[in-house]
Amino acid sequence: MVQAQRRLRRPVGAGGGRPRRRVLLTFLLPALALYTVFIIYPLVSAAEYSLYSWSGNRQDGFAGLSNFHQLFTKYPLSEQVWRALGHNCLFFIGTMLIQTTLGLAFAVLLHKSRRGKRFLQTAYTLPHLVSPIVVGYLWSIMLNPQFGAINAALRDVGLGALAQPWRGDPHLALPVAIVVNAWQWVGFPMLLFGAALAGIPDEYEQAARVDGASSWQVFRRVTLPLLTPVLGIVTVLTFIGTFNVLDLIYALQGSQGNPGFATDTLGLLFYRTAFQNPDPNAIGQSCALAVCMFILIFGVSLAANKVFRRMEERLK
Amino acid sequence: MTSSTLTVGERSTVAARPRAPRRRIRVGGAASVILLWVYALAALAPLIIMAFNSLRTEQDLANQPLGLPLHPDFGNYSRAWSEGNFSTYFVNSVVITVFSVVLGTGVSVLAAYPLGRYRFRGRGALSSYFLAGLMLPIRLGAVPVFYLVNSLTQSLPGVDTRFWLICVYAGSGVPFSVFVLTAFFRQLPMELEEAARIDGAGELRIFARIMVPMVRPALTTVALFQFIPLWNDFFFPLVLLRDDQWTLPTGLTRFFGEFESAHATLSAGLVITTIPLVVLFLVATKQIVAGLTAGMSK
Repeated sequence: MVQAQRRLRRPVGAGGGRPRRRVLLTFLLPALALYTVFIIYPLVSAAEYSLYSWSGNRQDGFAGLSNFHQLFTKYPLSEQVWRALGHNCLFFIGTMLIQTTLGLAFAVLLHKSRRGKRFLQTAYTLPHLVSPIVVGYLWSIMLNPQFGAINAALRDVGLGALAQPWRGDPHLALPVAIVVNAWQWVGFPMLLFGAALAGIPDEYEQAARVDGASSWQVFRRVTLPLLTPVLGIVTVLTFIGTFNVLDLIYALQGSQGNPGFATDTLGLLFYRTAFQNPDPNAIGQSCALAVCMFILIFGVSLAANKVFRRMEERLK
Repeated sequence: MTSSTLTVGERSTVAARPRAPRRRIRVGGAASVILLWVYALAALAPLIIMAFNSLRTEQDLANQPLGLPLHPDFGNYSRAWSEGNFSTYFVNSVVITVFSVVLGTGVSVLAAYPLGRYRFRGRGALSSYFLAGLMLPIRLGAVPVFYLVNSLTQSLPGVDTRFWLICVYAGSGVPFSVFVLTAFFRQLPMELEEAARIDGAGELRIFARIMVPMVRPALTTVALFQFIPLWNDFFFPLVLLRDDQWTLPTGLTRFFGEFESAHATLSAGLVITTIPLVVLFLVATKQIVAGLTAGMSK
């Protein structure tokens, strides 16, 4: 029975639906070759390179885990890795607090509003069309202490005392980068939350209202729990995005994460370790770092996915 | 004919609409409207300031950082274009991005066709193999890519390095494009190709004349989704190419070193890098709408 159904779904005709091998290969081979040679092979090689010791681009022999050991023990890497990781964690937390909260708030407010909804959505999502490199340089111009628009605007409204060297102050540099990043990406969680809100039936809110719930209670007790799956997706995507951040910081603060490594991240550190590293074992170290980053990002994403799944099930 | 995701989206907005008219105009409502419009201003202001700055003179900008371009001056653009090498970067960006998108979409539509339409041994494994690429951060393979491209350039000196970058870019678009296009091919009714087969059409002919035109809306989407990140990428040109082969975002990194404090000229460079995306979107939105309405009228 199952077999008969299967046969029915198959295209009939030449060769009874089984295309000839040569035809199949002609269709599949170009994509397969391009993807395997230029994407998969380099990633697999990176894992392999991380297990060898290198002098320049010559392989010196199998090194076991010594490259990984160097990452955490050899100065200055040992210091930079932990600092960069810390900054990535702060970047993730700050982004969740600012970008995800704002995205959710805008989605809820937009969901209820009628006038100008299209325009507002477009305005909010427009910045993420722009290259992160352009965003970084644009904001570095605007945040210039003397000739930048931000300090000029503060002076114009009489708040000149609040004018700051935004990018030059080591305590401000990272929060400023987080805010600029949120400015670019806030439309993305907003769209995801908006799509989820549109899928929640009106009856739920109406029923809660009839029972005498206030708008806040409806949001807190009805809407928010129903948004848990999307919140999970947004959290994981934010995690992946913030742990790969590179372009924006490169444009805003250079490849060293100025001032004095105050905005250094794992992405920048990987770039420097791979391509600006005086150590003869640069390949070994950078590929070991790449493997660590991959395991960290992939592992945490999978674990977070599981946690959110469980939360969803508990809600049902 | 049209995509199922789009119909779902439409249905849900229709379902959401009836709630709006009642009990919405209150104090909280007014506050939220103000908040929404204020943030819209914050979202757009930096882009507007960028455009304004690019039309003002350096002198004007230094005296008054915030201001309107009362006497629009296009000198900044010609300075960025010639002295800032943007003419070279622009051509490189267009060539590299367009060829990458065409190659990436081309190989993906070929591969998606048998994956969506045929049963054969290893189909599931192959689909998962392509799908895995969606989760792989390809920058982490930058070092092997660098040596791969280096050795390819040395062993085939006649081929421009930019060609190998195009291959990397095209490969990076394969997972998403194959994923989307496979789903589209699977939705098309089987009767279509049965009829063509009875009429005696060959495999390639069915593919080129019937199947590809049917998934054209999806092709536009897939091409757009490749175009934006590739146009915006600065990392791989920085790592793989000589500086006279650089694209716009990568060129910006050198431009900002050279013209450090000339903010008006720098803004012109930023606008040049951004404008093509804006234009593409205006053009492509029309195409997408046209593709969808053509499908609906049938």
